[in-house]
Amino acid sequence: MRATLGQGYTDVRVLMTHPMETGQRKDSDGKLVPLHFIQNVTVKVNGKPVVDAQISQAVSRNPVFTFRLKGGAKGDKIEVSWLDNQGESNSTEAAVA
Amino acid sequence: MNSIRRALVAALVFTLARPFAALAAWNKEAFGAKTPGDALKTLGIGNATPSKDVVIDAPQIAENGAVVPVEISSAIPGTTALIVVAEKNPFPLVARFDFKEGALPFVKVNLKMAETSDIRVIAEAGGKHYVATKEVKITIGGCGG
Repeated sequence: MRATLGQGYTDVRVLMTHPMETGQRKDSDGKLVPLHFIQNVTVKVNGKPVVDAQISQAVSRNPVFTFRLKGGAKGDKIEVSWLDNQGESNSTEAAVA
Repeated sequence: MNSIRRALVAALVFTLARPFAALAAWNKEAFGAKTPGDALKTLGIGNATPSKDVVIDAPQIAENGAVVPVEISSAIPGTTALIVVAEKNPFPLVARFDFKEGALPFVKVNLKMAETSDIRVIAEAGGKHYVATKEVKITIGGCGG
């Protein structure tokens, strides 16, 4: 994840390593690969939630999101976390540079 | 007797449903809808006013429907949410972003599109809805892969 200061805003670019399976793809044996996708994404700045996202399986594999925050200062702590439909979750942190 | 039972059932459903709502803030009904109309109705979005202040930046032609880069934003003051719909996807609702104090209504992400169709973005501001659409032509659909 990278959080970069712009003119009056901060861009947060974050990669989530996730298959984002649609439930419609077949594997090499011809069997359907079950639905497996991120459902919730949350962005926090210094512990305060600023973006809450609900997403579907129609977001591409290994999603890369860019969010834009108002203002921001060097050293602000950004935390992005996600939760998928199988209960797996992950979170990553970075400071604004 | 019947009304007492109904009240009890309602209270039970209420207590059971509450923790669930807090735990899984994912709108199963809206994301499971098979048409854009049903999805938006479930989200409580009726009439949306067309607006040039809702901006969709997406390619006119995307060769690979599995990776369609989309940048959305709203210049409408007080925008609190952006909703993304891929009109002809099997499940048209793609995402709902809620923005709180400290975030700008802007998101860039790659989407999957099953076939050529409009992308519809709805901005919510002050309880009203504003909409913009943009057609993206897809050469190879992106749902099976």
